[in-house]
Amino acid sequence: MKNPEEIFELLKNEFGDTILGLDKDTPTESIILVDSMNINKIGAFLRNNNDLKFDSLMVLSGVDDTNGTKVKDEDGTDMISGGTLSVYYHLHSTNLKHKITLKVSTPRENPQVESTYNVWRTSDWHEREAYDMFGIIFLNHPDLRRILMPYDWEAGYPLRKDYKNPEFYKGMKVPY
Amino acid sequence: MALKTETMVLNMGPQHPSTHGVLRLELEIEGELILSVKPHIGYLHRCFEKHAEAMTYPQVIPYTDRLDYLAAMGNNFGYVIAVEKLLGIQIPERVEYIRIIMAELQRIASHLVAIATNGADIGALTPFLYLFRDREYILSLFEMTCGARMLYNYMWIGGLSHDIHPDFVRKTKEFIIHFRPTIIELNNLLTFNKIFIERTANIGILPIDTAINFGASGPVLRGSGLPFDVRREDPYSIYNRFDFEIPTGKGLVGTVGDCWDRYYVRVLEMEQSLRIIEQAIDNIPEGDVHSAIPKRIKPPKGTVYARVENPRGELGYFIISDGNLNPFRVKVRAPSFVNLEVMGELCKGHLVADVIAILGSLDIVLGEIDR
Repeated sequence: MKNPEEIFELLKNEFGDTILGLDKDTPTESIILVDSMNINKIGAFLRNNNDLKFDSLMVLSGVDDTNGTKVKDEDGTDMISGGTLSVYYHLHSTNLKHKITLKVSTPRENPQVESTYNVWRTSDWHEREAYDMFGIIFLNHPDLRRILMPYDWEAGYPLRKDYKNPEFYKGMKVPY
Repeated sequence: MALKTETMVLNMGPQHPSTHGVLRLELEIEGELILSVKPHIGYLHRCFEKHAEAMTYPQVIPYTDRLDYLAAMGNNFGYVIAVEKLLGIQIPERVEYIRIIMAELQRIASHLVAIATNGADIGALTPFLYLFRDREYILSLFEMTCGARMLYNYMWIGGLSHDIHPDFVRKTKEFIIHFRPTIIELNNLLTFNKIFIERTANIGILPIDTAINFGASGPVLRGSGLPFDVRREDPYSIYNRFDFEIPTGKGLVGTVGDCWDRYYVRVLEMEQSLRIIEQAIDNIPEGDVHSAIPKRIKPPKGTVYARVENPRGELGYFIISDGNLNPFRVKVRAPSFVNLEVMGELCKGHLVADVIAILGSLDIVLGEIDR
């Protein structure tokens, strides 16, 4: 069983600059910030290392950080430009009983994160959900389709903070 | 020359009695043999997570009821624990005891539905009626406590909506006395019934490493033989005070991790829930269930991930607070959502009729899959 500081040191020694930092500011958990293009490699290390054995991904959640600048759209509503979208990975080891949270950030305009599909299969549907709700592209995901919204939903990504409901979907009025 | 065969695509659902809601399974079959299964979900999608961002923290609780509507107490429990962790408040002992009794009663009620529908799907209709009769006892206990039979809004941040009724303790004890023989009756009627065993043993075998890699939890994971239970591994509330066992699949009539094992784990868990209730029911301390409810709920900035053992598995709430009255982001780790992913692995090489047995043994609730 290892605490977040020890895990952070282990990762720092192994991967150097791709481990961006340790956020201890949150009251209940410590978050390791990781580079979005190396998450697959780091995940595989976390799962296979004998001192870590993070064999289970509890949850993968997309988040809209809303840290860009607010601009007015042509119809007068607020839009967010710039800033980042993030993905949180909550990991747990069924063997060694320790937990850790990883976070990757990616630019809002071109959000791309490496898929961890081949490390934890839980990622499969969770990544599809993050894609569906935030438009984050998971590179190398074998089947990145919408999962909860209709497959032909064209009005954008609902959980982004600047999402606007479309007026019509296939000729049906959306706001009721 | 090899015989040329063509595969066929068969849609099961969205309207199908054994999909337990609106789920569409796209089966690729060759004759009766399943080559692949693709679940299509989202028919019940109502965007709980977006709603939650527009509500204050207490206003989210009724929405959590509607995730896993067969285990609404457990959903409330997970959410309030997450917010309480973020707030860092202490809960009165009385509230903790009542919460655990309610959660365990809910576990029994939920497992009764799971077992009953699993049997009914593959032709055993009598146990279905018997078990729903007993579920009524539990629902009346809940109705007596908070007025609702399914969607309770009972657990509040820092407390409970109502104290228990003066008759609650007596009636719960009556229920335990009544319910123990029902489990024996169930075992005679269904569990060790030859037809039921033929339909479920050695069907849909889930090996333990696959189960962990797919993130399965609850009876689906324990059926494969790993005694993993959040109540024991990561104790929340006051579960560490109670003595209970974690049943696992042993391959009693087939192979470890088959449909029958997942089914039987649920039967054994009901017995363990009764044990927890028995230990708690006589020790409920005096107190006021409203005393710790904060007047204004405004957690500090930060993130929290709290998980509880719901009847279907590990239910987690990931909440980000930006210091306002409403949550910045609520993400639900729904156990059914994760458990349904293994469906494709389990069905390969089985017959179309086995899909029904496998789906029944996974015990999904579409309300929390689609959220």
